[in-house]
Amino acid sequence: MEKSLQPLPRTATRTVELQLSLLEGNDRQAARNRRRFHELGLAALNLVSSPGAGKTTLLERTLTEFGRTTPCAAVVGDLATDRDAQRLGRSRAPVAQITTGSACHLDAGMVARAVEKLDLSGARLLFIENVGNLVCPASFDLGEKLRVVLLSAAEGEDKPLKYPPIFKSANVVLITKTDVAGVLGFDRAAAADNVRRIAPQARVIELSARSGEGIDQWYGLLADLVPKG
Amino acid sequence: MHEVGIMETAIEAVLAQAREQGATHVHRIVLRIGALAGVEPDALRFAFDAVARGTPAAGASLELETVPARGRCTDCDLEFEVDSDFIFTCPKCGRIAGELVQGRELELARIELS
Repeated sequence: MEKSLQPLPRTATRTVELQLSLLEGNDRQAARNRRRFHELGLAALNLVSSPGAGKTTLLERTLTEFGRTTPCAAVVGDLATDRDAQRLGRSRAPVAQITTGSACHLDAGMVARAVEKLDLSGARLLFIENVGNLVCPASFDLGEKLRVVLLSAAEGEDKPLKYPPIFKSANVVLITKTDVAGVLGFDRAAAADNVRRIAPQARVIELSARSGEGIDQWYGLLADLVPKG
Repeated sequence: MHEVGIMETAIEAVLAQAREQGATHVHRIVLRIGALAGVEPDALRFAFDAVARGTPAAGASLELETVPARGRCTDCDLEFEVDSDFIFTCPKCGRIAGELVQGRELELARIELS
Protein backbone atom coordinates (compact mmCIF):
# COMPACT_ATOMS: atom_id res chain seq x y z
CA MET A 1 0.00 0.00 0.00
CA GLU A 2 3.03 2.18 0.18
CA LYS A 3 3.02 5.02 -2.27
CA SER A 4 5.94 5.51 -4.64
CA LEU A 5 8.55 8.03 -3.67
CA GLN A 6 9.93 10.91 -5.58
CA PRO A 7 13.53 10.15 -6.58
CA LEU A 8 15.08 12.55 -4.09
CA PRO A 9 18.68 12.67 -2.96
CA ARG A 10 19.20 10.13 -0.21
CA THR A 11 19.91 12.71 2.44
CA ALA A 12 16.74 14.74 1.88
CA THR A 13 13.98 14.43 4.42
CA ARG A 14 11.02 12.62 2.91
CA THR A 15 7.66 11.36 4.01
CA VAL A 16 6.61 7.78 3.36
CA GLU A 17 2.91 6.94 3.51
CA LEU A 18 2.49 3.44 4.94
CA GLN A 19 -1.12 2.94 6.21
CA LEU A 20 0.02 -0.31 7.74
CA SER A 21 -2.20 -2.10 10.22
CA LEU A 22 -0.28 -2.93 13.37
CA LEU A 23 -2.55 -5.89 14.02
CA GLU A 24 -2.13 -7.35 10.54
CA GLY A 25 0.10 -10.23 11.69
CA ASN A 26 -2.42 -11.27 14.33
CA ASP A 27 -5.39 -10.82 11.99
CA ARG A 28 -3.75 -13.05 9.36
CA GLN A 29 -3.11 -15.78 11.93
CA ALA A 30 -6.67 -15.42 13.23
CA ALA A 31 -7.97 -15.98 9.69
CA ARG A 32 -5.81 -19.13 9.46
CA ASN A 33 -7.19 -20.32 12.81
CA ARG A 34 -10.72 -19.71 11.61
CA ARG A 35 -10.12 -21.80 8.48
CA ARG A 36 -8.54 -24.58 10.56
CA PHE A 37 -11.50 -24.63 12.97
CA HIS A 38 -13.87 -24.78 10.03
CA GLU A 39 -11.96 -27.72 8.51
CA LEU A 40 -12.11 -29.51 11.84
CA GLY A 41 -15.89 -28.98 11.95
CA LEU A 42 -15.84 -26.96 15.13
CA ALA A 43 -16.73 -23.46 16.28
CA ALA A 44 -14.55 -21.50 18.68
CA LEU A 45 -15.64 -19.12 21.44
CA ASN A 46 -13.39 -16.50 22.99
CA LEU A 47 -14.30 -15.94 26.66
CA VAL A 48 -13.17 -12.60 28.00
CA SER A 49 -13.66 -10.95 31.40
CA SER A 50 -11.93 -9.38 34.37
CA PRO A 51 -10.05 -11.81 36.60
CA GLY A 52 -12.51 -13.62 38.84
CA ALA A 53 -15.70 -13.08 36.85
CA GLY A 54 -16.31 -16.82 36.72
CA LYS A 55 -14.97 -17.99 33.36
CA THR A 56 -13.41 -21.18 34.69
CA THR A 57 -16.38 -22.10 36.89
CA LEU A 58 -18.76 -21.65 33.96
CA LEU A 59 -16.47 -23.73 31.75
CA GLU A 60 -16.17 -26.51 34.34
CA ARG A 61 -19.93 -26.87 34.43
CA THR A 62 -20.31 -26.47 30.65
CA LEU A 63 -17.65 -29.07 29.79
CA THR A 64 -19.18 -31.54 32.23
CA GLU A 65 -22.87 -31.03 31.40
CA PHE A 66 -23.08 -29.73 27.84
CA GLY A 67 -19.92 -31.66 26.94
CA ARG A 68 -21.60 -34.94 27.86
CA THR A 69 -23.62 -34.89 24.64
CA THR A 70 -21.55 -32.50 22.52
CA PRO A 71 -17.78 -33.09 22.51
CA CYS A 72 -15.95 -29.91 23.52
CA ALA A 73 -12.35 -28.86 24.04
CA ALA A 74 -10.76 -25.92 25.82
CA VAL A 75 -7.69 -23.73 25.75
CA VAL A 76 -7.02 -21.64 28.85
CA GLY A 77 -4.73 -18.66 29.17
CA ASP A 78 -3.14 -17.40 32.38
CA LEU A 79 0.03 -15.57 33.28
CA ALA A 80 1.24 -18.49 35.38
CA THR A 81 0.32 -22.01 36.60
CA ASP A 82 -1.79 -24.73 35.00
CA ARG A 83 -4.41 -24.65 37.76
CA ASP A 84 -7.24 -23.87 35.37
CA ALA A 85 -6.26 -26.66 32.99
CA GLN A 86 -6.25 -29.05 35.95
CA ARG A 87 -9.72 -27.91 37.03
CA LEU A 88 -11.13 -28.23 33.52
CA GLY A 89 -9.29 -31.50 32.84
CA ARG A 90 -11.55 -33.27 35.36
CA SER A 91 -14.35 -33.04 32.78
CA ARG A 92 -12.45 -35.44 30.43
CA ALA A 93 -12.52 -32.82 27.66
CA PRO A 94 -9.17 -32.16 25.96
CA VAL A 95 -7.67 -29.07 27.60
CA ALA A 96 -4.47 -27.13 26.88
CA GLN A 97 -3.02 -24.45 29.11
CA ILE A 98 -1.30 -21.40 27.66
CA THR A 99 1.01 -19.73 30.15
CA THR A 100 1.66 -16.26 28.81
CA GLY A 101 4.34 -15.18 31.29
CA SER A 102 3.65 -11.47 31.42
CA ALA A 103 1.42 -11.07 28.35
CA CYS A 104 -1.94 -9.60 29.29
CA HIS A 105 -3.95 -11.27 26.52
CA LEU A 106 -3.94 -14.23 24.16
CA ASP A 107 -3.05 -13.69 20.53
CA ALA A 108 -3.91 -15.81 17.52
CA GLY A 109 -0.43 -17.38 17.35
CA MET A 110 -0.57 -18.61 20.96
CA VAL A 111 -3.94 -20.19 20.27
CA ALA A 112 -2.67 -21.87 17.08
CA ARG A 113 0.26 -23.43 18.96
CA ALA A 114 -1.95 -24.61 21.84
CA VAL A 115 -4.51 -26.12 19.49
CA GLU A 116 -1.79 -28.23 17.83
CA LYS A 117 -1.28 -29.97 21.18
CA LEU A 118 -4.92 -31.03 21.42
CA ASP A 119 -6.69 -34.00 19.92
CA LEU A 120 -9.67 -32.19 18.42
CA SER A 121 -11.10 -35.08 16.43
CA GLY A 122 -14.80 -35.17 17.11
CA ALA A 123 -14.81 -31.90 19.06
CA ARG A 124 -17.58 -29.52 17.98
CA LEU A 125 -16.91 -26.53 20.21
CA LEU A 126 -13.60 -25.06 21.33
CA PHE A 127 -13.70 -22.74 24.32
CA ILE A 128 -10.80 -20.31 24.52
CA GLU A 129 -10.57 -18.83 28.01
CA ASN A 130 -8.64 -15.59 27.64
CA VAL A 131 -6.38 -14.06 30.28
CA GLY A 132 -8.47 -12.19 32.86
CA ASN A 133 -8.36 -8.65 31.49
CA LEU A 134 -11.06 -6.34 30.20
CA VAL A 135 -8.80 -4.10 28.11
CA CYS A 136 -6.09 -5.78 26.06
CA PRO A 137 -7.99 -8.79 24.64
CA ALA A 138 -10.34 -6.41 22.80
CA SER A 139 -7.89 -5.83 19.93
CA PHE A 140 -6.89 -9.45 19.33
CA ASP A 141 -9.00 -11.65 17.10
CA LEU A 142 -8.26 -15.31 17.89
CA GLY A 143 -10.28 -16.82 15.04
CA GLU A 144 -13.37 -17.24 17.20
CA LYS A 145 -16.89 -17.43 15.87
CA LEU A 146 -18.30 -15.85 18.99
CA ARG A 147 -16.81 -13.44 21.48
CA VAL A 148 -18.36 -13.87 24.90
CA VAL A 149 -17.76 -11.18 27.53
CA LEU A 150 -18.57 -11.99 31.15
CA LEU A 151 -19.61 -9.41 33.73
CA SER A 152 -20.05 -10.73 37.26
CA ALA A 153 -22.43 -9.44 39.89
CA ALA A 154 -19.40 -8.65 42.05
CA GLU A 155 -18.14 -6.02 39.61
CA GLY A 156 -20.78 -3.33 39.58
CA GLU A 157 -23.48 -2.45 37.08
CA ASP A 158 -21.52 0.28 35.31
CA LYS A 159 -18.63 -1.86 34.04
CA PRO A 160 -19.86 -1.80 30.39
CA LEU A 161 -19.88 2.02 30.48
CA LYS A 162 -16.31 2.07 31.76
CA TYR A 163 -14.85 -0.49 29.32
CA PRO A 164 -16.58 0.22 25.98
CA PRO A 165 -14.06 -1.37 23.55
CA ILE A 166 -14.42 -4.91 24.86
CA PHE A 167 -18.21 -4.77 25.32
CA LYS A 168 -18.59 -3.17 21.90
CA SER A 169 -16.79 -6.17 20.41
CA ALA A 170 -18.96 -8.79 22.18
CA ASN A 171 -21.40 -11.08 20.41
CA VAL A 172 -22.70 -12.31 23.75
CA VAL A 173 -22.56 -10.79 27.23
CA LEU A 174 -23.07 -13.09 30.21
CA ILE A 175 -24.03 -11.50 33.51
CA THR A 176 -22.63 -14.10 35.91
CA LYS A 177 -22.91 -14.99 39.61
CA THR A 178 -26.58 -13.98 39.70
CA ASP A 179 -26.98 -16.22 42.77
CA VAL A 180 -25.12 -13.65 44.89
CA ALA A 181 -26.51 -10.53 43.17
CA GLY A 182 -28.97 -9.87 46.01
CA VAL A 183 -26.34 -10.08 48.75
CA LEU A 184 -24.07 -7.73 46.83
CA GLY A 185 -26.83 -5.24 46.09
CA PHE A 186 -26.17 -5.72 42.38
CA ASP A 187 -28.95 -4.26 40.24
CA ARG A 188 -29.35 -6.82 37.46
CA ALA A 189 -31.77 -4.73 35.42
CA ALA A 190 -29.42 -1.73 35.49
CA ALA A 191 -26.47 -3.91 34.47
CA ALA A 192 -28.38 -5.44 31.56
CA ASP A 193 -29.52 -1.97 30.52
CA ASN A 194 -25.93 -0.68 30.54
CA VAL A 195 -24.85 -3.63 28.40
CA ARG A 196 -27.61 -2.85 25.90
CA ARG A 197 -26.58 0.79 25.72
CA ILE A 198 -22.95 0.01 24.92
CA ALA A 199 -23.45 -3.27 23.10
CA PRO A 200 -26.88 -3.34 21.44
CA GLN A 201 -25.51 -6.00 19.10
CA ALA A 202 -24.86 -8.49 21.89
CA ARG A 203 -27.20 -11.14 23.21
CA VAL A 204 -27.44 -10.90 27.00
CA ILE A 205 -27.85 -13.91 29.28
CA GLU A 206 -28.01 -13.68 33.07
CA LEU A 207 -26.77 -16.83 34.73
CA SER A 208 -25.17 -18.54 37.68
CA ALA A 209 -22.88 -21.50 37.09
CA ARG A 210 -23.39 -22.41 40.74
CA SER A 211 -27.18 -22.36 41.07
CA GLY A 212 -27.84 -23.21 37.44
CA GLU A 213 -30.08 -20.20 36.83
CA GLY A 214 -30.00 -19.22 33.15
CA ILE A 215 -27.70 -22.10 32.26
CA ASP A 216 -30.26 -23.64 29.85
CA GLN A 217 -30.25 -20.43 27.83
CA TRP A 218 -26.46 -20.63 27.61
CA TYR A 219 -26.60 -24.26 26.49
CA GLY A 220 -29.27 -23.34 23.95
CA LEU A 221 -26.96 -20.73 22.49
CA LEU A 222 -24.10 -23.27 22.38
CA ALA A 223 -26.30 -25.86 20.67
CA ASP A 224 -27.14 -23.32 17.96
CA LEU A 225 -23.45 -22.61 17.49
CA VAL A 226 -22.42 -26.24 16.84
CA PRO A 227 -21.61 -26.53 13.10
CA LYS A 228 -24.25 -28.52 11.25
CA GLY A 229 -23.42 -31.82 9.59
CA MET B 1 0.49 -3.41 28.46
CA HIS B 2 -0.17 -4.87 25.01
CA GLU B 3 1.02 -1.44 23.82
CA VAL B 4 4.61 -2.71 24.00
CA GLY B 5 3.94 -5.46 21.45
CA ILE B 6 2.07 -3.04 19.21
CA MET B 7 4.94 -0.55 19.39
CA GLU B 8 7.48 -3.31 18.62
CA THR B 9 5.55 -4.12 15.44
CA ALA B 10 5.49 -0.41 14.53
CA ILE B 11 9.20 0.17 15.14
CA GLU B 12 10.13 -3.00 13.24
CA ALA B 13 8.17 -1.71 10.25
CA VAL B 14 9.70 1.75 10.59
CA LEU B 15 13.25 0.37 10.68
CA ALA B 16 12.60 -1.97 7.74
CA GLN B 17 11.33 1.01 5.78
CA ALA B 18 14.36 3.11 6.75
CA ARG B 19 16.72 0.35 5.60
CA GLU B 20 14.86 -0.03 2.33
CA GLN B 21 15.07 3.72 1.73
CA GLY B 22 18.73 3.90 2.73
CA ALA B 23 17.78 6.38 5.46
CA THR B 24 19.78 6.80 8.64
CA HIS B 25 17.42 9.03 10.59
CA VAL B 26 13.74 8.79 11.40
CA HIS B 27 12.30 12.20 12.26
CA ARG B 28 8.62 11.59 12.65
CA ILE B 29 6.35 8.60 13.19
CA VAL B 30 2.59 9.04 12.85
CA LEU B 31 0.21 6.41 14.21
CA ARG B 32 -3.56 6.45 13.70
CA ILE B 33 -5.39 5.21 16.77
CA GLY B 34 -9.12 4.57 16.79
CA ALA B 35 -11.05 5.86 19.79
CA LEU B 36 -12.21 2.27 20.39
CA ALA B 37 -8.90 0.58 19.59
CA GLY B 38 -8.35 -0.18 23.26
CA VAL B 39 -4.86 1.27 23.50
CA GLU B 40 -3.65 3.91 25.87
CA PRO B 41 -1.71 6.82 24.27
CA ASP B 42 0.48 7.27 27.37
CA ALA B 43 1.34 3.59 27.39
CA LEU B 44 2.23 3.81 23.68
CA ARG B 45 4.57 6.73 24.36
CA PHE B 46 6.17 4.87 27.24
CA ALA B 47 6.60 1.80 25.02
CA PHE B 48 8.05 3.93 22.22
CA ASP B 49 10.86 5.26 24.43
CA ALA B 50 11.78 1.74 25.51
CA VAL B 51 11.49 0.04 22.13
CA ALA B 52 13.13 2.73 19.97
CA ARG B 53 16.13 3.21 22.27
CA GLY B 54 19.42 2.62 20.44
CA THR B 55 17.78 2.49 16.99
CA PRO B 56 17.63 5.13 14.22
CA ALA B 57 14.05 5.77 15.38
CA ALA B 58 15.11 6.85 18.87
CA GLY B 59 15.01 10.60 18.31
CA ALA B 60 11.83 10.64 16.25
CA SER B 61 8.78 12.56 17.35
CA LEU B 62 5.83 10.26 17.88
CA GLU B 63 2.47 11.63 16.79
CA LEU B 64 -0.75 9.88 17.64
CA GLU B 65 -3.71 10.81 15.48
CA THR B 66 -7.03 9.88 17.02
CA VAL B 67 -9.66 8.43 14.71
CA PRO B 68 -13.10 9.19 16.17
CA ALA B 69 -15.63 6.40 16.49
CA ARG B 70 -18.39 6.40 13.89
CA GLY B 71 -21.52 4.35 13.93
CA ARG B 72 -24.20 3.43 11.44
CA CYS B 73 -27.78 3.17 12.58
CA THR B 74 -29.07 -0.32 11.86
CA ASP B 75 -32.59 1.09 11.54
CA CYS B 76 -32.28 4.15 9.32
CA ASP B 77 -28.75 3.60 7.92
CA LEU B 78 -27.51 7.06 8.96
CA GLU B 79 -23.79 7.31 9.66
CA PHE B 80 -22.82 9.45 12.62
CA GLU B 81 -19.95 10.34 14.92
CA VAL B 82 -20.14 8.85 18.39
CA ASP B 83 -19.61 10.83 21.62
CA SER B 84 -16.92 9.94 24.11
CA ASP B 85 -19.40 7.84 26.12
CA PHE B 86 -19.50 5.42 23.14
CA ILE B 87 -23.24 4.94 23.34
CA PHE B 88 -24.31 4.69 19.72
CA THR B 89 -27.49 6.75 19.78
CA CYS B 90 -28.71 7.62 16.30
CA PRO B 91 -29.17 11.43 16.09
CA LYS B 92 -32.04 10.98 13.62
CA CYS B 93 -34.23 8.25 15.04
CA GLY B 94 -32.90 8.14 18.61
CA ARG B 95 -32.40 4.39 18.61
CA ILE B 96 -29.40 2.77 20.27
CA ALA B 97 -28.71 0.38 17.44
CA GLY B 98 -25.35 1.45 16.14
CA GLU B 99 -22.92 -0.69 14.28
CA LEU B 100 -19.29 0.39 14.42
CA VAL B 101 -17.95 1.58 11.06
CA GLN B 102 -14.82 3.38 12.23
CA GLY B 103 -12.84 3.64 15.44
CA ARG B 104 -10.83 0.44 15.84
CA GLU B 105 -7.88 1.61 13.68
CA LEU B 106 -4.39 0.83 14.84
CA GLU B 107 -2.12 1.88 12.02
CA LEU B 108 1.32 3.10 11.20
CA ALA B 109 0.18 5.97 8.97
CA ARG B 110 3.40 7.61 7.77
CA ILE B 111 7.00 8.30 8.65
CA GLU B 112 9.45 11.03 7.86
CA LEU B 113 13.07 10.05 7.33
CA SER B 114 16.35 11.15 5.80
